[in-house]
Amino acid sequence: MQGDIQHHIYSILVENKFGVLSRVAGLFARRGFNIVSLAVSPTEDERFSRMTIVVDAASAPLEQVTKQLHKLIPVIKVMEMHPDDAVERELMLVTVKAASDARSQITELASIFEARIEDVGFESITIQVAGRPDKLDAMTDLLTPFGIVELQRTGLIALPKLARRPARLRSVKTRPA
Amino acid sequence: MRITGAQALIKSLEHEAVEVMFGLPGGAILPVYDPLIDSSIRHILVRHEQGAGHMAEGYAHATGRPGVAMVTSGPAATNIVTPLCDAYMDSIPIVVITGQVPYASIGTDAFQECDTVGITMPVTKHNWLITDAQDIPRIVREAFHVATTGRPGPVLVDIPKDIANQQMDWYWPDGVDLPGYKPTMKGHAKQIKDAARLMSESRRPVIYAGGGILKARAAEALRELVELTGFPVVTTLMARGAFPDDHELCLGMPGMHGNYTAVTSMQQADLLIALGSRFDDRVTGKVDGFAPEAKIIHVDIDPAELGKVRQPDVPIVGDCRLVIEEMVKAVAANKAKHADDGAAWPSIDEWHTRLREWQRDFPLVYDQQPDGPLKPQFCIDQLRDHTPDDTIVASGVGQHQMWTSQRWKFNHPYTWVNSGGLGTMGFAVPAAIGAKVGMPDRMVWAIDGDGCFQMTAQELVTASSERIPVKIAILNNAYLGMVRQWQELFYEERYSEVYLSPDLPDYVMWAEAMGCVGIRVDSPEEVEPAIEKANSVDDRPVVIDFRTDYREKVYPMVPAGKSNDEIILDPAHDTYGER
Repeated sequence: MQGDIQHHIYSILVENKFGVLSRVAGLFARRGFNIVSLAVSPTEDERFSRMTIVVDAASAPLEQVTKQLHKLIPVIKVMEMHPDDAVERELMLVTVKAASDARSQITELASIFEARIEDVGFESITIQVAGRPDKLDAMTDLLTPFGIVELQRTGLIALPKLARRPARLRSVKTRPA
Repeated sequence: MRITGAQALIKSLEHEAVEVMFGLPGGAILPVYDPLIDSSIRHILVRHEQGAGHMAEGYAHATGRPGVAMVTSGPAATNIVTPLCDAYMDSIPIVVITGQVPYASIGTDAFQECDTVGITMPVTKHNWLITDAQDIPRIVREAFHVATTGRPGPVLVDIPKDIANQQMDWYWPDGVDLPGYKPTMKGHAKQIKDAARLMSESRRPVIYAGGGILKARAAEALRELVELTGFPVVTTLMARGAFPDDHELCLGMPGMHGNYTAVTSMQQADLLIALGSRFDDRVTGKVDGFAPEAKIIHVDIDPAELGKVRQPDVPIVGDCRLVIEEMVKAVAANKAKHADDGAAWPSIDEWHTRLREWQRDFPLVYDQQPDGPLKPQFCIDQLRDHTPDDTIVASGVGQHQMWTSQRWKFNHPYTWVNSGGLGTMGFAVPAAIGAKVGMPDRMVWAIDGDGCFQMTAQELVTASSERIPVKIAILNNAYLGMVRQWQELFYEERYSEVYLSPDLPDYVMWAEAMGCVGIRVDSPEEVEPAIEKANSVDDRPVVIDFRTDYREKVYPMVPAGKSNDEIILDPAHDTYGER
C-alpha cells in the first residue's frame, strides 16, 4: 500500500451500542463509498468500540467521508491515517493442499514468512500469517500453486505510528532593542 | 415515583413543552394513547400517518418549534417515512414516536412488525429503539436536543409495547450527554476576517441566502449585513421570506425556475456569500458552469456542506446568526479603517445599475386576457393582493409551487412552507394544517396543484373536524403540469400518463363532503370574489377549484443538466433580442 494512495484508512471511535455498525456501514453505502475492509472490536474502554475501515480512495473523497462520519451521533472520533504514518496489521488463515511431497516446501515457506502452522490434516494444512497486507498478498501468491482450499483475512487494523522525535526545546526569543 | 413507560413518555413530552401532537393510534402504541387522555397536550387525529408527519413539519416551519407526531408500528411507521425523508432533506425539526411490537417479539415477523429503526436510519438525523422504560426521559430529552440543535432535522423514537407498560422510576435529566454530538456554533474569527476582506474587495457580490438563515433565526442579522454592505440578495426556495421581497436589494429566487436577474447575477458575480445554503443542483445547474468567476464564502452549521459541491475560498462552520453578526462587526471595522485611511470604500454602483437593467428588461411575465382562459399566475397574484401581508402560504410540488415562489411577495420570515429537497407531492394540505395549528391567528393558504391535492386531500376531514380553518387554492389544470411541461419541451410533445381530468373528481363536491366550503372559479372575473368569500370563512376549511389554462408553462427555465447561462425565457414574451 505504498506509492499512489488507493486506499484511505479510517480509525473510528464509536459508542459501543447496538446498531452503530449498521449506521456506519449504511452511511458508506448511501454515499457510494466503497469499503475494502472492515474490522470492529471493543477498545480498552468498554463504552467504546473502534472500527478500522479501509475505503477505496477513488470512490470516497477523504474530507466528505470524515465529515459525514462526524455527523453520526454515536461517532466520537474519526482519524484518517496515511498508510505511511500507520502501523497496519492483518491476520490471514489459509488452508492449503499439502500432500506429503509438498509439505516440507510449504512449511519452509511458512517459516520464511514467520507464519505458524495451526492445523495439520492428511491432505492439507492450515497456516496463520500476520503482517502488513502486502505480506499477506505475497504469501497468498506463493501458496497458490500448491492449491488453496480456503482463505480468510480479518481485514486491516491500524494505529498511528508513534512520534519518535524528542520534544523540541523552545528557543528563547529576545526582542530587538 | 413509579409510573409506566407510557406515562413517562407523555410526561417527558410535557417537560419538552409539547403543546400539540399529530397522530393516529394502533395496536402497538395503545399504551401511550391512554395517559394522553389525562395530558395537557392537544392531539390531532389525522386520517393517514403521512398527514401526521407533514403536519408536524408545517408546524415546525411556521413556529420554529419541533413538530411532534405519534403513530403505531408497521404500516404506520412506513407511512411516515416520506415526511421523515422530507424533513431530513429540508432540515426540519420533527420528533416522531412510533409504537413497536413487544421487545421479545422483535425479529419474529410479528403482526404489524417492521424494522422501523432500520428503515428510518437513512432519513433521520438519529433514531432510538427504547429497550428499557427507565431510559425514556433520557432518550426523549436527547431526541428533542438532536432534532433542534446544530443542523435541525427529524428524529424517531421507537417504543416497544411491553416497554410502554413497564414500570419505571420517574426522573427528568438535567441535560444530555452525547459525547459524539457537539455542533460548532461560533464561526472562526480569522475566517470571518478573511470573509470581510473579500467582501471589501468585491465589485459584483451576491448574497446567496438559504434555508439556514431561517433555521438560525438570522433574518434580522441578514438584513443588517445587507444594509451595511449594500449587497444584493437572492433567496433560495428554502429561504423565501428570509429577506423581504419588497426590499430593493432583494433579487428573488435563483435556480432552475428562478428569475433572470437572480440567476444571472450569480453567474456573473465575483463573490458569492452563501449563508446557510447548500449549492443544490436546482440552484447551480451544471456545477462546472456555475458562477465561474465567483469566489465563495460559505457559511453553514454542517461542516459536510462546505466543499461538498463547490470548494469555498473561505469556509466558515457555524450558526448563521452568530456568524453574520460577527461579519457585520468585521465589515463595519473594515469600513471604519478605510475612512480613517482616507480611502474610499469600493463602489458597487455599476453592479446595482446592471441588476436594475436586468430587472427592467427581463421581468416575470404572463398574459391574462379578460375573456381568455384563466392563468394560474393571475390567480396567485390575486391571492397575494387580497390576503394579509403576513399570510402563511404552503404549497405542494410542481408548477404551482414555482409560480407561487416566483410571484408571492414574501416580506416576513416563516411565511413560506414548502417541500424543497425531497419534492413531496401532497405536502401542501397537511403542512398548511400544521402551520395553522401552530399559528392560529394567521391566515394560512395552501396553493396546490390538482395532482398534489389528490394525494393527501383526506386530511381536510381532519381540518374540518378539528376546526382548523385553512384555505386551499387548487390550480386545477387537469394535468400533472410539470411533467407535462417536460414532455412538451424535452420529449417532443409525447404526453405519457399526465392527463388527470378537470372534473373527475368534482373538487367542489369533494370539499363539501369533507366538511369544507367548496367554490369553483372558471373565469378571471370570478377570482377576486371567490378569494374574498374564502377569506370571510373562519369556522371551516375552504377549497377553491381554479380551472386554469393547462398550456401555461413555468418560465424562466434552465433545462436539467445545463449551465445557468442557458436560461430560457418565456418564448411568447422574449422580444428583447440578444442577451
